[in-house]
Amino acid sequence: MPPLACFSDTFSTIEARFGQLISAETSCNGDRIDNYGNSERLNRRFSVGIIKFNSRMVLHIATLVAMVFALWMMFVWVPTDINQGVVQRILHIHVPVAWGSMVAIVGVAAASVIYLITKNERWDHLAVSMAEVGVVFGAVMLISGMIWAKPVWEVWWTGEAKLTTALILFFIYVAYLMFRAYFPPGDQRMRLAAIIAIIGAIDTPIIYYASVLWQEAHPPLVVGPIAEEENLVAAEIGLTLLVSVIAFTLLFGSLLATRLGLARMESEYESLKFEKSRTVAEATS
Amino acid sequence: MTATLSIIWTLTAKELRVEARNRDVAIAIVMFASLVIAIFAIAIEPTSRNAIETGPGVLWAAITFAGVVGLTRATSHELENDAIGALMMAPISRDLIFFGKSLGNFLFMSVATAIVFVVFTFMFNLPVFRVELIAVSFLAVAGFACVGTLFSSLTFRARAREVLLPMLFLPTVSPLLFAAIRVTAASANQEAWSASLPWIQLAIAYDVVFIAAAGLLFGYVLDD
Repeated sequence: MPPLACFSDTFSTIEARFGQLISAETSCNGDRIDNYGNSERLNRRFSVGIIKFNSRMVLHIATLVAMVFALWMMFVWVPTDINQGVVQRILHIHVPVAWGSMVAIVGVAAASVIYLITKNERWDHLAVSMAEVGVVFGAVMLISGMIWAKPVWEVWWTGEAKLTTALILFFIYVAYLMFRAYFPPGDQRMRLAAIIAIIGAIDTPIIYYASVLWQEAHPPLVVGPIAEEENLVAAEIGLTLLVSVIAFTLLFGSLLATRLGLARMESEYESLKFEKSRTVAEATS
Repeated sequence: MTATLSIIWTLTAKELRVEARNRDVAIAIVMFASLVIAIFAIAIEPTSRNAIETGPGVLWAAITFAGVVGLTRATSHELENDAIGALMMAPISRDLIFFGKSLGNFLFMSVATAIVFVVFTFMFNLPVFRVELIAVSFLAVAGFACVGTLFSSLTFRARAREVLLPMLFLPTVSPLLFAAIRVTAASANQEAWSASLPWIQLAIAYDVVFIAAAGLLFGYVLDD
């Protein structure tokens, strides 16, 4: 018996409750899927006048509106920081994408654990979709952080604990996606990928602690006029940061919904391919 | 308990017997690591000053990269004549297979690491044999063997497994790598034992967590 099988019943109940939330994009059981990977059962359609909407379109439109508003706030509305200057505006992108990538790490690990217990492939779809979006957010986080660090710290990169942790985690999740690309599709790939995701999540706090210990030996290379006193525009910066976190969270959800649709289509394609090969084999025998 | 240990030892003895007959893994690790150290020694031209700064990193980068080469070799044996298939037919728990193989890999890597230390001492002229360094090396090699066995079993059916194994293995063992480098540097600087203690504690925590997690998850790796 697999070691986690004892939790199977508990997770079946949880899955029955919460599975509905994601099955909009991933359930394949008797549910029609359109050309964009939309599930008809939960991706509800409705009309406003002559325009037809579905729930994913609403999410995309909300993301667009929120992103435009957040970009206006971060580039036009918020005053320039008195200490760091215009480069501080990068943090309004850096912090939300860092948040998104951290959510992705937790999400991939949680979906992978539930997949190992329930063996329901929709959790694997959720894990791979979150990993892909998380890696994109992680790449933006690393690049935007480096662009900010150069004028403020006078170096592109330093051995600071959060930087080291973020870089190593980025490599782990890139390896997770590479593994999925190099392994033949099927149950075995889902199972092994779930193990990699769980190992990556277990490693996260240890990597962070190791990076903090390492940093103690190397003092941070912070140079330049970074004032200690309270920032005069903290309130505006804080509000802009909040709005951009909401906008980027919507973007995360929007990309995730699109990628989940793609995962559904991939799954359908694989099962159709399997059906076809079985039919051909039966016909020739 | 005795029966469990007996099964693990039987599997480890099988690994040792295979290695004694073809001598692939330990020699691969020793030669590859020595080559890496020699190339860095030629490039850096170690002096009494720069050897302490660069040596620990070179030593552990060489051991880790060589470990990946050794693990790839160790796993490729299992593919020949579908040996892993025969092993899975044995009426024993899958986690015991993991512990048997990990112990085998640990022994090969320990012997190879001890030889690589001697090579490093000559090439970089650094006396690094201290109790704390031996302790952290033991813990680091144990962690490498545990995580390496899990990942090599995960990847051996994948395309381009020679690329996948280091991509997965190196970032995952990075905390152990940090610990080993820092303790080696402390030993080379003749620092007090207390400077190495947090790193040794970190390495112990890493090994405990990963031996438990890998043992728990290995059943899923070989699941059909």
